[in-house]
Amino acid sequence: MLEIRDLHASVDGNEILHGIDLSVRRGEVHAIMGPNGSGKSTLAKVLAGREGYVVTRGEVLYEGADLLSMLPEDRAGRGIFLGFQYPVEIPGVSNMYFLKTALNSIRKLNGLEDLDAMDFLTIAKEKMRLVEMDESLMNRAVNEGFSGGEKKRNEVFQMAVLEPRLAILDETDSGLDIDALRIVANGVNALRREDRALILVTHYQRLLNYIVPDRVHVLLDGRIVKSGGKELALELEEKGYAWVEEEIAGKAH
Amino acid sequence: MRSTDIQELADREYKYGFVTDIEADTVPPGLNEDTIRLISEKKNEPEFMLEWRLKAFRHWQTMVEPKWANVHYPPINYQGIRYYSAPKMKSKPKSLDEIDPELLATYEKLGIPLRERELLAGVAVDAVFDSISVATTFKEKLAELGIIFCSFSDAVQNHPDLVRRYLGDVVPYTDNFFAALNSAVFSDGSFCYIPKGVRCPMELSTYFRINAASTGQFERTLIIAEEGSYVSYLEGCTAPMRDENQLHAAIVELIAHDDATIKYSTVQNWYPGNKEGKGGIYNFVTKRGKCKGVNSKISWTQVETGSAITWKYPSCLLMGDNSVGEFYSVALTNNYQQADTGTKMIHIGKNTRSTIVSKGISAGHGQNTYRGMVKIMKNAERARNYSRCDSLLIGSQCGAHTFPYIEVKNSTAQMEHEASTSKIGEDQLFYCQQRGIPAEAAVSMIVNGFCKEVFRELPMEFAVEAQKLLGVSLEGSVG
Repeated sequence: MLEIRDLHASVDGNEILHGIDLSVRRGEVHAIMGPNGSGKSTLAKVLAGREGYVVTRGEVLYEGADLLSMLPEDRAGRGIFLGFQYPVEIPGVSNMYFLKTALNSIRKLNGLEDLDAMDFLTIAKEKMRLVEMDESLMNRAVNEGFSGGEKKRNEVFQMAVLEPRLAILDETDSGLDIDALRIVANGVNALRREDRALILVTHYQRLLNYIVPDRVHVLLDGRIVKSGGKELALELEEKGYAWVEEEIAGKAH
Repeated sequence: MRSTDIQELADREYKYGFVTDIEADTVPPGLNEDTIRLISEKKNEPEFMLEWRLKAFRHWQTMVEPKWANVHYPPINYQGIRYYSAPKMKSKPKSLDEIDPELLATYEKLGIPLRERELLAGVAVDAVFDSISVATTFKEKLAELGIIFCSFSDAVQNHPDLVRRYLGDVVPYTDNFFAALNSAVFSDGSFCYIPKGVRCPMELSTYFRINAASTGQFERTLIIAEEGSYVSYLEGCTAPMRDENQLHAAIVELIAHDDATIKYSTVQNWYPGNKEGKGGIYNFVTKRGKCKGVNSKISWTQVETGSAITWKYPSCLLMGDNSVGEFYSVALTNNYQQADTGTKMIHIGKNTRSTIVSKGISAGHGQNTYRGMVKIMKNAERARNYSRCDSLLIGSQCGAHTFPYIEVKNSTAQMEHEASTSKIGEDQLFYCQQRGIPAEAAVSMIVNGFCKEVFRELPMEFAVEAQKLLGVSLEGSVG
């Protein structure tokens, strides 16, 4: 469903991604791992259409269509969801209202009728249980005064309500204690489906103990330098990213 | 947001910028004692009014235009302004059927139907076109309760004692430069009197429209709430798009006696000028309420989205013990608009309380200043104030400024002040877009969230209007 070919992207004139190739099929879970500054978050943002991230070369096909020419909201409408590393606060806008607006915007893009407040509430309540989210958070302003764990849980909750076909979770595990990590991971696992693909962007292997990936890719300096099965993550954990770097250096000689 | 969208949005024009082609009775530009006599004569005023106007004019001549506000504009030529313009009518219309259809059509176009059967239930309207009031609805129905709601001119003719007693009681003509000017030349406005113990059953509202070119609009509103009464009042304003700047210098005086409550809401949408800052209304307004009686309450709510320049500080004199003053404000400046607005809460009586909530939004090259004063006088035992001033910046060319003045002369006072400045970041916008919400709707949602505490003070139907207005005023501000 997602084909990334020779993707180069720059921020403020500096090229961060130097040619990424990646193919993700329906139902697959891919983990993208790499040290800080390797371009993981840049890749996530380019896929979601963040302004300021300029693609200089290459193409991305999503369900056969040219993804890069679409507005961020249209990508969302076609089922792409980005779980943010740092979810933003929107004071004065209730979580409930925000999510209902989001869901109805996406429905509208797909030619569906708006859901009324009651129908929305039914869905929201069901999904709240999935991430063990307190109902009181729904009436608070979006992410305002939420703890780090609550913010991440809120991301997974939004994902559950919006039911994307391709979810990209950017460092969803960062800043979580072990209990929160388990809850978030359980939520994500419950959303794994044959028709839904997942890209997990993470620095650490520990999330992958809970969400077992089909493929693991190592991103180094804007390139995918190594791909493998889930065991690659364990190997990385044990040997560190330096190991991959040395291996590449070795190949070059 | 893509640049094509921005262009498209920016090209949308001010919706109320049309000109009504109507024959007008005007005076030549310029200001001297003869102009004032002419205005007074046209209005067939009693002697005391003319005397008062002339005193104001003589005082005005000794004054200089204030320069302390954080707004910048070329000098105003007061001799170049026309001080009176009225749509020509053979005689004072007795019913709406006698009003020029052009005028009725103008208000229809503005969304202010004057025919009572078409009005929203529960809102009585006084419509002021250039210098005079053209229609007041629901007069008879209100009169049954003893409520007087009419144009200021009518009040001068029919209730001279009330006018004489209260005119200038809260804002004397010596108060400031623009107040003195208004007192000398004001041509009309609204008058409202709520008798003892009466709760006004509908929203009262005045709709101000500037139409004629080179004309200033100087109106006065006077509201008196007798003991134990209640009234909620709303004013709205629009003007045509013109390249020149037009002056609007109004006065609003509110008087609340024992246990009375006045709620005054404004949705100000004068023409703000074009994208390059050409044209637009200079809005220099003095609004003040006197909480004269014990347990009285005056609440100001304003949504200021129009005008090239706004200079306005709706204030409360808290004289009666336990009286309450409130000020809720949203001020938005886009393109080259400038606003210097805020409030004064003067605590004089014991146990007086005041609340200030100010939300300033700046976009484009807009400059937004909050200026507020809280003064606790010596005898104001246990006075309390809560102030909150938040600024929201959209883009990097605009500015937000805050000048809070606090003066406390009684040590039992409790004061709280909170302030914040934030920026609608690309992050917030992108977050919304990533969830499927288009950029324009997202900005509107973020700004409305920011203004929530103020909007909930507005009467229901107007809160919806205000939200829409804010959306329209912000169009083209995201890039």
